[in-house]
Amino acid sequence: MIKIKDLHKSYKMGSNSLHVLKGINFNVEEGELVAIMGSSGSGKSTLLNILGMLDLLDEGSYDLDGVPIKNLDETKAANYRNKFLGFVFQSFNLINYKTALENVTLPLYYQGVKRKEREEEALRYLDQVGLKEWATHLPSELSGGQKQRVAIARALVSKPKVLLADEPTGALDSKTSKEVMALIQDINKNGKTILIVTHEEDIAKMCSRIVRLKDGVIMEDKKNKMIKAI
Amino acid sequence: MFSRDRWLEIFDSIKKNKLRTFLSGFTVALGILIFVVLFGFGNGLDNTFDKFFKDDALNTMWVRSGRTSKAYMGYKANRRIEFDNKDLKDITSRFAFYIDGITPRMTESGNVGYKLESNNYSIRGVAPSHQKNEMTIMMKGRYINGLDVKNKERNVVIGRLVELDLFNGEDAIGKFVSGGGRSWKVVGVFQDDGGDNEERIVYTPYTTLQLIQKNTDKLGQIIISYKPELGYAGAVAFENQLKKYLKQKKFIDPTDPRGIFIRSAASNLRENDQFKSALSSIILFVGIGTLLAGIIGISNIMVFVVKERTKELGIRKAIGATPSSIIGMILQEAIFITSISGYAGLLAGIGVLKLVGNTLEEDYYITDPYVDLNTALAATILLIGFGAFAGYLPAKRAASIKPIEALRDD
Repeated sequence: MIKIKDLHKSYKMGSNSLHVLKGINFNVEEGELVAIMGSSGSGKSTLLNILGMLDLLDEGSYDLDGVPIKNLDETKAANYRNKFLGFVFQSFNLINYKTALENVTLPLYYQGVKRKEREEEALRYLDQVGLKEWATHLPSELSGGQKQRVAIARALVSKPKVLLADEPTGALDSKTSKEVMALIQDINKNGKTILIVTHEEDIAKMCSRIVRLKDGVIMEDKKNKMIKAI
Repeated sequence: MFSRDRWLEIFDSIKKNKLRTFLSGFTVALGILIFVVLFGFGNGLDNTFDKFFKDDALNTMWVRSGRTSKAYMGYKANRRIEFDNKDLKDITSRFAFYIDGITPRMTESGNVGYKLESNNYSIRGVAPSHQKNEMTIMMKGRYINGLDVKNKERNVVIGRLVELDLFNGEDAIGKFVSGGGRSWKVVGVFQDDGGDNEERIVYTPYTTLQLIQKNTDKLGQIIISYKPELGYAGAVAFENQLKKYLKQKKFIDPTDPRGIFIRSAASNLRENDQFKSALSSIILFVGIGTLLAGIIGISNIMVFVVKERTKELGIRKAIGATPSSIIGMILQEAIFITSISGYAGLLAGIGVLKLVGNTLEEDYYITDPYVDLNTALAATILLIGFGAFAGYLPAKRAASIKPIEALRDD
């Protein structure tokens, strides 16, 4: 599903150049649930940004589902993101003036899906994350866990190849974290490829594979016996 | 771009961000409202000005005679100078190049009556071109014409208030009024913007008046309207030549300040023109200033709106919005709001002008304030254009920043 070869990325900081990723080789098969771990500054967020086409790579190659990701302009990147990827963020990033349902329909709006279809589809996904009853509520009326589940429904509604989650439980208490992870495991069980960036050991242990980054290189990449969240 | 979905998305965003919508709309509406009202008031001032100074045609010269103050060529001082029909003819032929119209004006007052009503009015003996000099407007009938003058007809043209005084609602045209023991046929009724006194005048051919004054050929004063294309310099030159000619003709010392008096609107005209152009500049300045303030206002708000929406735009980008769809959305929303509110401001402004319309005339010298629709529409479109432009730059920046930066928590 994801093939990364010799990935390098550095940032220019004035006259200095900060080499963040120093040759990453990394493949993800379809249906894997991968945790990317590392302390801050290890390059894990940069890696996720590049995977999510939010940032460009300097050297190396990146294939997503057989499509080489290169020479991206903004419009092309937007289309690929819309088609291939679903994002889940630590701070949920729901649009605060739109209801749960409207938030979930938004990716489909940008795909050009008809309004009625959009709503039906979105409702199906809200149902899947257990929030059908909350469809007409604004984000401010939802708890943190509910918000994250709406965000997950939104990430899934466009049927992406890969779900990218950046610290999805970072803003949640441990009980809610477990509920959200259970949902993610559930989605993974249905065949979705998922990458989670986290620094929490507990969360990583709930994934089928753990990749540890340190100073821009992969320290460890091993299969994990997945612990069920609940 | 103009799909129904896009509109629904925009209406949604407008509906749920009322403060933002209100702020940008209000700025534009207020800008246009103030522009329209100030511009209208400016035009009102202009109108008042016109009304004050435009009663008499501006290209007019009044030639009067009086007593001389110096002895000259055997004539004693303090000799009385009078114009006669020959002078009129000579001036007409000699200065034909400058003259647009020429008329004598003999003035006396007399009792004019109809049936049981009678009253004292100012009677003027004139030629047809007097109508142009006084800017007399005919309400019905006709003015004194060439044939009246030639045949010394006892025809009169009476003012609106004369008809009102004497005829008691009856139509005066074709009726006969009495005056000086004779009867006179009313051939026309006029009105005049110069005030009530100007409408209590009776005009008759100067030849007729001469006839009943023991067949004199004296004229009173002579009023000349010169060709407007002469301009200020030409008019002054004409005035000097005319004075010189008449002094020569009447044997008056060229250095005598008295004897012949010429009053010209040319010098007044110049001052008036200057005043009027100053007034126009002020109006223009105020208009541009107001628009500029409006443009700065809407630009600020657009920058603020985009800033406030940066995170939302980042979210939209992360889930697949292209930069062009982001820019399009912001612009379409901005143009929609500014158009609606600009139009509302325009209507409100015109409403205010209509409402205060004629109540300001007496105290504030603002007559009939108006704004012509083209100016107002141009102003509205300008404001919308700048609003869109001011929205475009930050929208473009917002659309090009990486979603990950837009989403950063801060």
